Amino acid sequence: MALTQSALSRRALKPDPLPAIRAPATGTYPFAAIVGQDEMRRALLIAAIDPSVGGVLVFGDRGTGKSTAVRALAALLPPMRAVAGCPYACDPAETAGLCATCQARLPHGLPVQAVPVPVVDLPLGATEDRVVGALDIGRALAAGEKAFEPGLLARANRGFLYIDEVNLLEDHLVDLLLDVAASGVNTVEREGLSVRHPARFVLVGSGNPEEGELRPQLLDRFGLAVEVTTPTDLPTRIEIVRRRDAYERDAAGFGAAWAGEERALRETILAARDRLGGVVVPDAALEAAARLCLALGTDGLRGELTLMRAARALASLEGQRRVTTDHLRGVAPAALRHRLRRNPLDEAGSGARVARALDEVFG
Amino acid sequence: MSTPAEDTVWFHAGLAAALFALDPAGCGGVVLRARPGPAREAWLTRLRALLPAQTPMPRLTAGIGDENLLGGLDLPATLRAGHAVLRPGLLAQADGGVVIVPMAERLTAGTAVRIAQALDTGEVEIARDGLAARLPARCGLVLLDEGEEADEAVSAALADRAALWLDLDTVRLPDLAAPLPDLDREAARACLDGMTCDEEAVGRLCRIALALGIASLRAPVLALRVARLHAALGGRRAVAEDDLAAAAALVLAPRALHRPAEPEPAETPPESETEPAAGEGMAAQDRVLAAAAAALPAGLLARLLAGQGPRARAPSAGRAGAASAQPRRGRPVGARPGDPRRGRLALVETLRAAAPWQRLRGASPGRILMRPEDIRIRRLVQRTETTTVFAVDASGSAALERLAEAKGAVELLLAECYVRRDRVALIAFRGREADLLLPPTRSLVRAKRALAALPGGGGTPLAAGLDAAAALAEGIRRGGRTPVVVLLTDGRANVSRSGAPGRAEAAQDALAAAKALAAYGTRALLIDTASLPQESARRLAAAMAAHYLPMPQADAAQLSRAVRRETAARG
Repeated sequence: MALTQSALSRRALKPDPLPAIRAPATGTYPFAAIVGQDEMRRALLIAAIDPSVGGVLVFGDRGTGKSTAVRALAALLPPMRAVAGCPYACDPAETAGLCATCQARLPHGLPVQAVPVPVVDLPLGATEDRVVGALDIGRALAAGEKAFEPGLLARANRGFLYIDEVNLLEDHLVDLLLDVAASGVNTVEREGLSVRHPARFVLVGSGNPEEGELRPQLLDRFGLAVEVTTPTDLPTRIEIVRRRDAYERDAAGFGAAWAGEERALRETILAARDRLGGVVVPDAALEAAARLCLALGTDGLRGELTLMRAARALASLEGQRRVTTDHLRGVAPAALRHRLRRNPLDEAGSGARVARALDEVFG
Repeated sequence: MSTPAEDTVWFHAGLAAALFALDPAGCGGVVLRARPGPAREAWLTRLRALLPAQTPMPRLTAGIGDENLLGGLDLPATLRAGHAVLRPGLLAQADGGVVIVPMAERLTAGTAVRIAQALDTGEVEIARDGLAARLPARCGLVLLDEGEEADEAVSAALADRAALWLDLDTVRLPDLAAPLPDLDREAARACLDGMTCDEEAVGRLCRIALALGIASLRAPVLALRVARLHAALGGRRAVAEDDLAAAAALVLAPRALHRPAEPEPAETPPESETEPAAGEGMAAQDRVLAAAAAALPAGLLARLLAGQGPRARAPSAGRAGAASAQPRRGRPVGARPGDPRRGRLALVETLRAAAPWQRLRGASPGRILMRPEDIRIRRLVQRTETTTVFAVDASGSAALERLAEAKGAVELLLAECYVRRDRVALIAFRGREADLLLPPTRSLVRAKRALAALPGGGGTPLAAGLDAAAALAEGIRRGGRTPVVVLLTDGRANVSRSGAPGRAEAAQDALAAAKALAAYGTRALLIDTASLPQESARRLAAAMAAHYLPMPQADAAQLSRAVRRETAARG
């Protein structure tokens, strides 16, 4: 009983049988209205401009708006073009990466529609079958059919997979994620099913280090890591509380008041994406990046690569066509702080070590 | 009773109940620190009476699993209906109501953050057992904190989201008879709808929070909400002085890390000139701040004067680091075919396995034909984790550089344990007693903080140190982990169990404590930190059945290698 293509596509077109699926009641806090936390906002924008940077980890104090920012990003992202009805939202422009169903439909032409960029929550209590996908138990029970029900990884394809409190994610789910995040393909071999589907997503995690450390293997999967702390100056704090309060009392009105800024930011992202391919990375910048990584003793080439890509995305975000040392300086802490060899005897945080190396290398 | 009724703890508690009942989800929750007893019962009864009759008020049991907390497959209904039917979990059942959490200090970190996420979003997301759904779950928590010890406190993630923190342990029986503030829900709701927002109030609550050393930004946000609720309770449509004072006393004061500096207005940064009418605001500021200061927990000042921090309510505290998301006997990682007599039946997986074959087996509608080969049992992974307990002699006889080396070794080990996902705990003994400086944790952040604060000097209460290590080891074993005790000392005890000085008695007590440790079968390592190997230390090691390791030139790296050998040997 092999999984038929028609079963898959039918499944995709069928409305979900489960009750009470509804949009979040409160709407989303506008990204543009976030006060401070410049490094976190910049890292998220960089990931939105160039997904190949490889995800963002936001670690820090409680109540600093970590998950607010990630959810706000989801609302900010411009829609993308996808094959209509495809459960993996395949990109019609990229025929090499299509799923099996879309490959089969390709000769007849693929219907295209604009869909929002998926930002999928991976809740902590999720079970493996819902993460990777499994036999559609409802169909199996009712009709005796063997159909694949895509999971969260399928929904996250071409978008973002967000894990709040990522450091508390169960180990066996972490193992699954590590594999898929590295290959961009989700392979399901269970209950007699054998399915492979594209699962390329930007991993976004947030957490509080006091509740436990992150496994090094998972840490390494994140392109950028930012540390957020509670602002301590009074005017900033007042402004944050004031906006939060205004939003809570009238989410729609608050959203409308910020709609202009949101639109401008969305256009900035689009412009930066268009510009990205043309941004030049001069040899001097490449060399500086290499020297920085050498000075810090980061393992592997991933650090250098992420540093370069992030600097390029930052240059593009700032409307420039050339990567300079300023851009490297701007992204180096986020790109490198989680790649340093742990030195428990060094009291300074890893961010401070990157800053020190920056001063040494760039003078 | 000399104090007026409005100033008693019980009256405040009653006020908090009314505010919470008016908007449970908006308040996030109440941390109710109280032993089980009449005061706590009376408060809960009061809350029940203030809430509308049909309000759901489920109780959350300590070891609740995801299926019951978030939601899962309703198997009977699923089989009847022929498609997956969701059974909402406790959080979704509590939508629009209140969840009572008894023994909140015992919640695991995993459960606590699941609840916290529901509080933040007002809904639960279910991605389990073939189900995908989002259910509304707007509710408030009543966190019953029965923690006896300073290190037992409500998970910081939840406490941070709970607006109202109450301590009922000082309430006496006669107090309970006093009249409490009432709640006219209809009138209060009407006031809330048209409540005007005072920009200045925001600034003042933020300023007070900062003056009290409260870092979290949730505190002023929650205080603002409580001030509004308080105004609505009084039938006002604008937040007044009294409302801010009540919010400061109920929300901000219990979180205070330090008393405000005496001439508080001087602390305000120069940027505050953007605030209108600063001069007039200052006088008012003082009154609200005074209300907050008056409500500060008793004894805070005394503890501060003694150079200690406040009780374990600081954001860094809580059981978070010590808790584990994993059940004791391994955690399920899927299912495999097997005999249900030799494992727990995985019902959903079993049905999944049987489902595709129903047509082929000729099952009539409404019946399911099972074959033995369909049966799946839970696959559990049990990895016994090691917790390394360092008992460090921080006395005067252990020279100060020794202490620095021990600290270095603990940090090195922690870095390794963190890679292996093991945990470390730290006990220091000096003067007359032993202190648990670091409860078992994997967190480098917490460990570093505890180590940095480790002082040295004083007598050597070796017996007390060993007793503390044995007790901790026993607790770790109960938690399903393997303890390894690493004792760093020169073995020269000079303070006995009773706390009296005297070498002979102290040494005897230490040997007895060592034997008790060995009796539990705790694996141990003794590192002799004296500059010349000590006979006393060797005897002690023999008594506690520990490996003895003289390390006159101990350095951190050497030490860590030795401990690694010891922990590796256990397998």
